Amino acid sequence: MNENKSPVNWERLEAKPEFRALIRSKARFIICATVFFMSYYLALPILVGYFPALMKTKVWGEVNLAYIFALSQFFMAWIMAFVYVRVASRWDKSAASVISDQA
Amino acid sequence: MTISLIMFLGFVAFTLLITFWAAKRNTGASAYFAAGRSITGWQNGLAVAGDYMSAASFLGISGMICFSGYDGFMYSVGFLVAYITVLLVVAEPLRNAGKYTMADLLAYRLKPRPVRAMASLSTLTVSTFYMIAQMVGAGVIIKRLIGLDFAPAVIGVGVLMLVYVVFGGMLATTWVQIIKALLLMAGAILLSYLVLQFHDFSFTNFFNAVSKADYAGTAEPKNLLEPGLKFGVAVAGPWGPLDLVSLGLGLVLGTAGLPHILVRFYTVPDAKTARASVVWAMAIIGLFYIMTTFFGFGAATIVKKALILTADGKPDTNMVAPILAQVLGGELFFAFISAVAFATILAVVAGLTMSASASFAHDFFSNVIHHGKENRPGEEVKVARITAFVVGAVSIGIAIYLGPSVNAAFLVGLAFAVAASANLPVIVFSVFWKRFNTTGAVAGLATGLTSAIVLILLSPNGIFGKAGAPFPLENPGIVSIPLGFLAAYLGTILTQRDLEAESKFAELTVRAHTGLGSEKATQH
Repeated sequence: MNENKSPVNWERLEAKPEFRALIRSKARFIICATVFFMSYYLALPILVGYFPALMKTKVWGEVNLAYIFALSQFFMAWIMAFVYVRVASRWDKSAASVISDQA
Repeated sequence: MTISLIMFLGFVAFTLLITFWAAKRNTGASAYFAAGRSITGWQNGLAVAGDYMSAASFLGISGMICFSGYDGFMYSVGFLVAYITVLLVVAEPLRNAGKYTMADLLAYRLKPRPVRAMASLSTLTVSTFYMIAQMVGAGVIIKRLIGLDFAPAVIGVGVLMLVYVVFGGMLATTWVQIIKALLLMAGAILLSYLVLQFHDFSFTNFFNAVSKADYAGTAEPKNLLEPGLKFGVAVAGPWGPLDLVSLGLGLVLGTAGLPHILVRFYTVPDAKTARASVVWAMAIIGLFYIMTTFFGFGAATIVKKALILTADGKPDTNMVAPILAQVLGGELFFAFISAVAFATILAVVAGLTMSASASFAHDFFSNVIHHGKENRPGEEVKVARITAFVVGAVSIGIAIYLGPSVNAAFLVGLAFAVAASANLPVIVFSVFWKRFNTTGAVAGLATGLTSAIVLILLSPNGIFGKAGAPFPLENPGIVSIPLGFLAAYLGTILTQRDLEAESKFAELTVRAHTGLGSEKATQH
């Protein structure tokens, strides 16, 4: 049997325990991260729209809670991206080891 | 006036040189549609930013913040946070499992012809609405900036964009977007610097001035930092807050379904570079939208009300940024900002035409009509060039027909709503749900597309006008996005299991998550 000539056995790769673990780890992170960032983001229009009096509370000089919360969304997005890249580089290693015998 | 013209012509000449250079490297479909997959992470990040920050972003948002204060800033927030969806869910699987278009990912394990036909229809719809909005904006802005009439201005933009796309393909489009992103960032930084200088580099002074801006569409001073000037119950009625939530949902989920953004991830060598390019894009886009604080609010504190009115006394929201530049930096800076706005429009319309023509040629012509077989080498590229020409001509025609008074935000809103409601559900399900089948995909695409369009037609911006609108929200996302997901879900579980699609799920998952067998970069 010549490995190089046979087509890739996708089912075998998909059933590998390493691959299953990779998918589980990815799913867990992506679902948690999505729930977090969607809640954090949608809290902004909901609070601003339905609780304007609260959001007009001044925090620093004329700067109010609404503006601080909006600004914090930018940093939330950047931090999420940073964390994702860190975690994803671990996944790259596991992914490479799953397909290492295919090269 | 003449300095503006010289800067315009300088930019045009430079981009034509790039097109000439790119045209010589366009050998084959991968080079034409995906720039040979040779774009690096930071280059693609800049190009994504250049593709994304449209004239609506720069001119529209600065105007919206100047007139509506805080509520305008909500757009800025949504436009950046949307990239988390792109980063977490879409960019890498798309790069690993696709070739040239969004439909490649969907057609992987589903029946290609119905899925590609629907996906292509959705892509063409989103791109056309988006493009007409840009064209109308271009016509209006160029008229104000260099005095060219609406129709010749639209035709001029259309012809230039066609030259980039038809001759230069994705490579030229990419570099036009990169240069535009750099110019736009330079303009935004300079403008923000001058605003802060005006306020003696004191944030306290700046925010104090914003809190008593004498300009908010009324004669009395308003605190622009307070929410509610656009979506508040007092201004927009009882549905205002829900409209704001709906807008946020549409923005944050729509970006990940915009075809012209998605195709950008095919231009990089692998998924890791695609990821890096999203991060680059997020850095640039985030910085840009934070700066909208300075030039949007800043304009309200510096520019006199009379300067931002059109001849008939209505506020001209699109001219806020250029007029602010003129007040702070004189004619030369005005000319520079005008040229940047012009470059912005060109880069975005080129990206839109590119993705629309790629989808028609690759999805519809090659795969739906010719069953995935190319009869003659180079035919797909040829069809794409012809499609670009047709898409360009049609958009020019419609833009001139609709005229300068059409509401550009309405068209862009439609594009985002269709992208979020039709494209995103099927992308997510095809990557993450094994049971997903062809009926589900077609149902999701069709329902998302029609519900978004119908709801916008019934909205206060639609055919019945503000008073008689049967649907109270301007932004349909909160209804049409769940409908798109629901239709894709019901279409799947109510029909027979597609065992072939399920058996190919293993292959798609392995490809999407490991990059095995993905399209490689061409070697030069």
